Amino acid sequence: MSDTSLPPTERATGAKPSLSRRRFLNLAGIGAGAVAAGGGSALAAPAAGTPDPNIVPVPDWTKTLGAPVNENPYGKPSVFEKDVVRREVTWLTASSQSSVSFTPLYALDSVITPNGLCFVRHHGGQAEIDPDKYRLMIHGMVDKPLVFTLEDLKRMPGRVNRPYFLECAANSGMEWRGAQLNGCQFTHGMIHNLFYTGVPLKTLLDMAGVNPKGKWVLAEGADAAVMTRSIPLEKAMNDCLVAFGMNGEALRPEQGYPVRLVVPGWEGNMWVKWLRRLKIGDQPWQQREETSKYTDLLADGRSRRFTFVMDAKSVVTSPSPQAPLKHKGPNVLSGIAWSGRGTIARVDVSLDGGRNWTTARLDGPATPMSMTRFYLDFDWAGQELMVQSRAMDDTGYVQPTKQELRAIRGTNSIYHNNGIQTWLVRSNGETENVEVG
Amino acid sequence: MWKSAETLLASALLAGALAVSGMAVADPQPAKPAAKAEKDKAGADKARQAVNVAAPAATAPTAAKTIALGRPALPEEIAAWNIDVRADGEGLPPGKGSVKEGEELFLQNCAQCHGEFGEGAGRWPVLAGGRGTLKSERPEKTIGSFWPYASTVYDYVHRAMPFGSNLSLSPDQTYAIVAYLLNLNDLVAEDYVLSKDNFPKVDLPNEANFYDDDRETSEKAFWKKNPCMKDCSGEVHVTARAQILNVTPDGDQPKGNLE
Ligand code: HEC
Repeated sequence: MSDTSLPPTERATGAKPSLSRRRFLNLAGIGAGAVAAGGGSALAAPAAGTPDPNIVPVPDWTKTLGAPVNENPYGKPSVFEKDVVRREVTWLTASSQSSVSFTPLYALDSVITPNGLCFVRHHGGQAEIDPDKYRLMIHGMVDKPLVFTLEDLKRMPGRVNRPYFLECAANSGMEWRGAQLNGCQFTHGMIHNLFYTGVPLKTLLDMAGVNPKGKWVLAEGADAAVMTRSIPLEKAMNDCLVAFGMNGEALRPEQGYPVRLVVPGWEGNMWVKWLRRLKIGDQPWQQREETSKYTDLLADGRSRRFTFVMDAKSVVTSPSPQAPLKHKGPNVLSGIAWSGRGTIARVDVSLDGGRNWTTARLDGPATPMSMTRFYLDFDWAGQELMVQSRAMDDTGYVQPTKQELRAIRGTNSIYHNNGIQTWLVRSNGETENVEVG
Repeated sequence: MWKSAETLLASALLAGALAVSGMAVADPQPAKPAAKAEKDKAGADKARQAVNVAAPAATAPTAAKTIALGRPALPEEIAAWNIDVRADGEGLPPGKGSVKEGEELFLQNCAQCHGEFGEGAGRWPVLAGGRGTLKSERPEKTIGSFWPYASTVYDYVHRAMPFGSNLSLSPDQTYAIVAYLLNLNDLVAEDYVLSKDNFPKVDLPNEANFYDDDRETSEKAFWKKNPCMKDCSGEVHVTARAQILNVTPDGDQPKGNLE
């Protein structure tokens, strides 16, 4: 059953979806003994020749009227999916207003992340902005400093829809020194992939008239962190969007309602939420989020800065620690791949810790700087597996192993850990985050 | 019957909405309450015009400069939001503050989270110390050990701190707190007074150790085009497991790991 893939305590109590230190450890024990013997279904199958009680008698839901059409005017997932939720690891941060709630990647498929399950990272809590009072200001090295309302943005000619992934640069950041968090929700869950609706940033900058000396844009949020990042003008003019829609509806409050910046392929922190101000200047501003944070400390004590692009990366989402294997015989291995440099060209999967590789099947759209879904249909005889995936993009970049990354960067850089992940699947189907060598 | 009633309702709603949006965007002047009634009517007229002029723009979206949306930002409006301070000191307001004043302000407003000496209380960020740790297994990244520019301290403390009541410090208070933080990091003496004028003279020790993204050259090996597919390594063993390396429930959790 689907709920065997969740922490037992959560199943039992329906408690708030966060993990205390102690309960987090329980994750390691899930899935044990879940594999059905004999390669059949794990569901209690009737003895041969006995009718299935789910067929005979005919179930109640087939014989009684269901709920009316407007039972949930917005709509909710099935009650049986109640455990597919974002989760916070409370001991990671001192404050829940400056913290993160992770995408449950292990339970998702296809390429678009459902709006409510998109990971959330705030630095000063979630701002609540009245759309009628929303204002976006553009100033600095421009001919005409301008103010826009939300209505202005929605009336702007040239509206576009674009699918992009947003990955936090610190995604997998806990894993630099070795396997730490047991579940792809926690190791890789600071990513989501959405269809954005908005207007090209270039349209607005052209209206303001950027001075030829202008080289950088400071983007600033209206939340209590007043989040800021410096973005090269070239990127701003190339493909950035000022977005008001996600997956066909208004942005969710936690994703920056009513307006956020979209910076395709670049680290998530730059996608300023609750966008209130864009300033043009001739040099970067050296803000806290591009000096103290989001700089990559290397082994020699020096640090890379302005490492904006998210390199190609992939992860197998099932099987994974929260989605153990439950059946021998046919199984579908499923995973996601993405690259901030372009389009995913190929994904290889290894079941033996990287000795031998098979090219996976990509299904669904593979577009630039957007999540791509891959599958490997395989038969499992119950042997131990060391599952890995390796993404390649159309620039020829190949996702490195963790050892290759550490050889160049050391283990202190926190950000941009795109190393190959290994899941150990035991003979009972239980799956664990491991390192191999 | 039903259908025409619906149509009527829809067109009434549409007309109202257009008038409102016309009001909101077609007028370059900030609304003045006294003239409101007049403007409501004018707004409706403008909305009608706006609908007409929108047509050519929609067919020629490249003629960006002619889009009649948005309005000029007023100097007072820019001043209210223009709070950024740059490494070269651009954006610093007039003002000054001493280490002494900063100490008092820090103890009142910051120490409960960051510790009396910036050492960090519990899991809150550490702001001082850590010099010489950047190459170690547990680097401690602070203003003194890691940050490249003092301007960032001014900008960030004013912008985002104290956590929970940001944008509450005056320029003089902010100068004083930055002076105290520099003193905690052994960068200025106890009798130091920081101001807009001497700010550019404050250099932080780690500035020279930052360099621009060079992955396309230093990590060129990752563009390997034809990765190995068969017998790529010898026997593979599990070298570490999440449970073993996982933080123990009661052990010390490294601070600031989540960025
Ligand atoms: C209620 C606790 C709290 C108080 C009080 C507080 N801070 Fe902070 N401070 C934080 C948190 C939390 C962060 C990290 C915020 C984030 O990144 O999301 C932080 C970050 C900082 C940083 C950046 C640290 C780094 O390494 O990047 C500085 C500098 C700072 N605070 C200074 C101050 C000063 C000065 C005051 C007093 C005026 C203050 N803080 C008051 C909680 C607090």
